[in-house]
Amino acid sequence: MNSEIRARFRIDRQDFRLAVDLTLPGRGVSALFGHSGSGKTTCLRAMAGLERAADGYFAIGDEVWQDESRGLFMPPHRRSLGVVFQEASLFPHLSVRRNMQYGQQRAAGSPGFALSEIGELLGIGHLLERMPNQLSGGERQRVAIARALLAAPKILLMDEPLAALDLKRKLEILPYLERLHRELALPVIYVSHAPDEVARLADHLVLLDQGRAVASGPLNDVLTRIDLPPAFADDAGVVIETCVAEHEADDLTRLEFSGGRIYVSRRVEAVGAPLRCRIHARDVSLTLLPQVNSSILNCVGATVVDLAPTAVPGHVLVRLTVGAQPLLAGITRRSAERLALRPGLTLRAQIKAVALLG
Amino acid sequence: MESADLSAVWLTLKLATTVTTLLLVFGTPIAWWLARTRSPLKGIVGAVVALPLVLPPTVLGFYLLVVMGPHGPIGRFTEALGLGLLPFTFPGLVIASVFYSLPFVVQPIQNAFEAIGDRPLEVAATLRASPWDAFWSVAVPLARPGFLSGAILGFAHTVGEFGIVLMIGGNIPDKTRVVSVLIYDHVEALEYTQAHWLAGGMVAFSFLVLLGLYTFNPARQKAL
Repeated sequence: MNSEIRARFRIDRQDFRLAVDLTLPGRGVSALFGHSGSGKTTCLRAMAGLERAADGYFAIGDEVWQDESRGLFMPPHRRSLGVVFQEASLFPHLSVRRNMQYGQQRAAGSPGFALSEIGELLGIGHLLERMPNQLSGGERQRVAIARALLAAPKILLMDEPLAALDLKRKLEILPYLERLHRELALPVIYVSHAPDEVARLADHLVLLDQGRAVASGPLNDVLTRIDLPPAFADDAGVVIETCVAEHEADDLTRLEFSGGRIYVSRRVEAVGAPLRCRIHARDVSLTLLPQVNSSILNCVGATVVDLAPTAVPGHVLVRLTVGAQPLLAGITRRSAERLALRPGLTLRAQIKAVALLG
Repeated sequence: MESADLSAVWLTLKLATTVTTLLLVFGTPIAWWLARTRSPLKGIVGAVVALPLVLPPTVLGFYLLVVMGPHGPIGRFTEALGLGLLPFTFPGLVIASVFYSLPFVVQPIQNAFEAIGDRPLEVAATLRASPWDAFWSVAVPLARPGFLSGAILGFAHTVGEFGIVLMIGGNIPDKTRVVSVLIYDHVEALEYTQAHWLAGGMVAFSFLVLLGLYTFNPARQKAL
């Protein structure tokens, strides 16, 4: 069955415009990424039906929730969706259990799991009889996620669910989000302005700038586009799906991916566990010679795909492939000329830092 | 206390209970509309609801007397229905009191609805609650302090009214003679002992009402 998500919204207000036309995959996490004012939250609210675009279309597979060309607009309460807002917004007059039951009792279908199961999955099973004001921010947000899931949604919309939390709470919730991602076959639209969250969770990425979608595609395809507006250039980099290969004796862990291996400080994950890492373009340098006598441990063979100027004067962004894995390097134009970089050239990419997303 | 006094106390409580109940039924939708609407009519409706706060009761009573009298539109209507005229009857007194106490019930409830904000109702909608469902399962429970304040203030204000009772109800024993009017009668007749009983009772009643309001609903202290 076709479960593709189609979203087209045009909103024209005095101070704000949104004009997007998106096709998103029917499973996995699609991130709407952009700076504040880019329209990502408005776009999410339009999907939920909380905001009505005069010119709008929204459908999941064959189920059309909005089609203004024939005057169709389903109000939010008739849409099978779940929304998690930035603040948990639990009903303060209801216990955790009653909050979670609120949507469950009103849902047309069954979510396919019991309240106790989702409670365990999100680590809130012991909090069911508490009132919302007795919970920490992180616990509240997990209850809000469980509440949304129990209403048997066909899609989960998350509006910066971690933005109101401090780093510690964020790190507490992220593993649960990753678990949801792995264990539920539910499409998730995830709005965020935090590159790390997006790199860690997203499969599909939409970049929004001033109410327009400037790029939309699989995570690494978008991340490795080198023609994006300057607003996104600071965050240029790629995400690599690796697998923990070995914990070595000198407290380093070897990660392997399709194009090679990288070493990082010892990890807690078991051998064989998947691990995402993010490599910033600015942390990758290029050399033509085989590496000798360098302190840089991570060095992989790479082939140049193409080059593009960046917003930083005198710098270029080089797109490479390492096996099937794309990689970006941010270097000066002078270096690019000295190395005579051109598409097809093979060289060595030195990786100075790896951000581990897990 | 004499039977006339007891009868007045009973009548007063009956009036206040009836008026408070009616105000909760009719005032809640008005408060909801005022709290949620973006209509340009909001200012006008809000001002009309608040009018009794500033008008002398005699002004309100005078117009109600005219409208409900034999030549007024409501008077003609009630006579055509065979109900007779409303002034100087208990139902007439109830209608006048409903108008007079309206802002005391509508405003606390409206404030409570406004304090809830959009978010809880949006959340309810994304959890499949229709607007009607969300009103009862989210808005009303969250606005409970407002309902409590509104009910108490509406009740107490109806018990305490005087001018409008004289204008519309007159002073008919067992029908429209409430405590405040009877106190006036006692004082006119120099029956200070009876007046003391009733007036002292009113002071104690009012004090207990406000004490209850402040104790159960501390947030209200700031508003008053």
